[in-house]
Amino acid sequence: MDLQFLHNLSLGFGVAFQWWNLFFCLVGVMLGTLIGVLPGIGPTATIAMLLPVTFSLSPVTALIMLAGIYYGAQYGGSTTAILVNIPGEASSVVTCLDGYQMARQGRAGPALATAAISSFFAGCVATVIVAMFAPPLAEVALKFGPAEYFSLMVLGLVAAVVLAHGSLLKAISMVVLGLLLGLVGADLNSGVLRFAFGIEELSDGIGFVSVAMGLFGIAEIVINLELKEHREVFTSKVGRLMPSKEDFRRMWKSIPRGTALGAALGILPGGGAVLASFGAYTLEKKISKYGHEFGKGAIEGVAAPESANNAGAQTSFIPMLTLGIPSNAVMALMIGAMMIQGIAPGPLVMTEKPELFWGLIASMWIGNAMLLILNLPLIGMWVKLLTVPYRILYPSILVFMAIGVYSLSSSPFDVMLMAIFGILGYVFVKLECEPAPLILGFILGPLMEENLRRALLLSRGDPIVFFTEPVSAGFLIAAIILLGIVLAPTIRKKRKEVFVGD
Amino acid sequence: MKIKNPKDFWAGLMFIAFGLFFLFVARNYEMGSATRMGPAYFPTMLGGLMAVLGGIVFFQSFVVKGEKVPAISFRQIFFVILSLLVFGFLLKPIGMVLALALLVVVSAFAGHEFKLKEVLILSVVLIIFSVLAFVKGLGLPFPLWPKFLH
Repeated sequence: MDLQFLHNLSLGFGVAFQWWNLFFCLVGVMLGTLIGVLPGIGPTATIAMLLPVTFSLSPVTALIMLAGIYYGAQYGGSTTAILVNIPGEASSVVTCLDGYQMARQGRAGPALATAAISSFFAGCVATVIVAMFAPPLAEVALKFGPAEYFSLMVLGLVAAVVLAHGSLLKAISMVVLGLLLGLVGADLNSGVLRFAFGIEELSDGIGFVSVAMGLFGIAEIVINLELKEHREVFTSKVGRLMPSKEDFRRMWKSIPRGTALGAALGILPGGGAVLASFGAYTLEKKISKYGHEFGKGAIEGVAAPESANNAGAQTSFIPMLTLGIPSNAVMALMIGAMMIQGIAPGPLVMTEKPELFWGLIASMWIGNAMLLILNLPLIGMWVKLLTVPYRILYPSILVFMAIGVYSLSSSPFDVMLMAIFGILGYVFVKLECEPAPLILGFILGPLMEENLRRALLLSRGDPIVFFTEPVSAGFLIAAIILLGIVLAPTIRKKRKEVFVGD
Repeated sequence: MKIKNPKDFWAGLMFIAFGLFFLFVARNYEMGSATRMGPAYFPTMLGGLMAVLGGIVFFQSFVVKGEKVPAISFRQIFFVILSLLVFGFLLKPIGMVLALALLVVVSAFAGHEFKLKEVLILSVVLIIFSVLAFVKGLGLPFPLWPKFLH
């Protein structure tokens, strides 16, 4: 660790400790915990809903709050998983398996504490990993030309759909649809209005916020309304929180293992919290001495996935911050938030806006400390929240969304756009077409066109340039190999197994 | 021929429609060449790809077995969307207080049960919160009351 690193960290903490940023970090992690606890509303929808609010904040404050929601949701999600046996978040699906069993054996307290401690440990480690790995990566990325960038985006999108669950072909189609929708509006080069049909509001493109809220917010509400409400808190008494000595002895290896695997899976394009928790649970079950106890209340089955999902949530910021490439839907929304603030995401962010980059990283550590306090002593408050019926919740969410979207341009147009994408999002769910690849494509569409255009201009129209530039060729070959692997029949079967129950 | 995978059948059709739509509209713009791409170049490439992908999904639906499309909840989606549109179009003419009340009441019809008292209390609480947080707090320039009262 050199001096520059310490200098950067102190700059970051200086920014993160400004009371304004501390306040919004707290707001973010509290909201994150809240929506994490509540099943049926996830971080993607919440961040989409809060995008309009961030317009009035400075870029760093906005990102600190939005990031807090994402990793805060990883803490909250485990509470519901353990006490109600319903995953509060997709990333805590596996926590249900052993966490709920522990609660049934009267050990809800230690299970909750284990989840919080694991998350905290992972959060601290992941913060350091982001701080160490992001700068060198950004330095490499600075040397990329348009051909490398184009190929990198192809690789990123391919990796994202490969790791998504469901039909690969449909996921790729959704990416392409996203890319196309991203092209609506004025063409950067010629100024020609494309696919706008004379609608003035579309000249700047389809509003990102309306798309995200419609696809993730409205569709989610309608799907939840279809389900019958049945939510029973298994135990209102959490009891003693502190895990026993024996518990600590059993989990002290699982937590670092979960953290390491989660951090690695988080960096991958298409990775993030969900993949990390599944991967860590599977690995831990295989190598733990207590593998046979998994599913019957093994504490490792809580510690490993809970550390992994938090680590993965945080390291998934690395490709977003250094390359400007989103690895999952939440990161796509983050990039959208940055672009709305007038910041072009990419490797330049770190050198041109060090306070933004390091402030965000430092805030992650602070946020994790806040979450530990929020989650352990205040656990009873969050449990009470589970008794709020959905029929109270969803009109409140709608009010929030309607006001937020309307405030974008003070006209009904964005509300209408959100409604259209809400209906579309609902149709997507019914046809089993994942909306996440679409939003990745939507964000990257204009960037891809721009880089393709520049690369071909430099090569005088010869597309072979993507294969003669070594780095670009490497990315494309990696993308092809990935596709090949997934299409191979044995992996295909395994992939189905991994995502069962998601 | 029998449709074996209804979800993919419709998804494929949808993708084909989107692809053809973009292809068709892009014909109005200049194509350019690979060296100097016009505004139509990239959309045409993608639109073609979209239509081909949709075609594969579509034809696969006759071969590989899959699930039925689950029932569509018309009532839920209708009232949720209607409540948002009512708010969006009536906010300026009737002000935020009444528009929010309508939003909450209309959206409540999408739920499993409609309890009038609960809905009314909820709308009052949400109106007070929204006025304080968004109009007074964040300073959003929304009218609170109908135009003719000003």
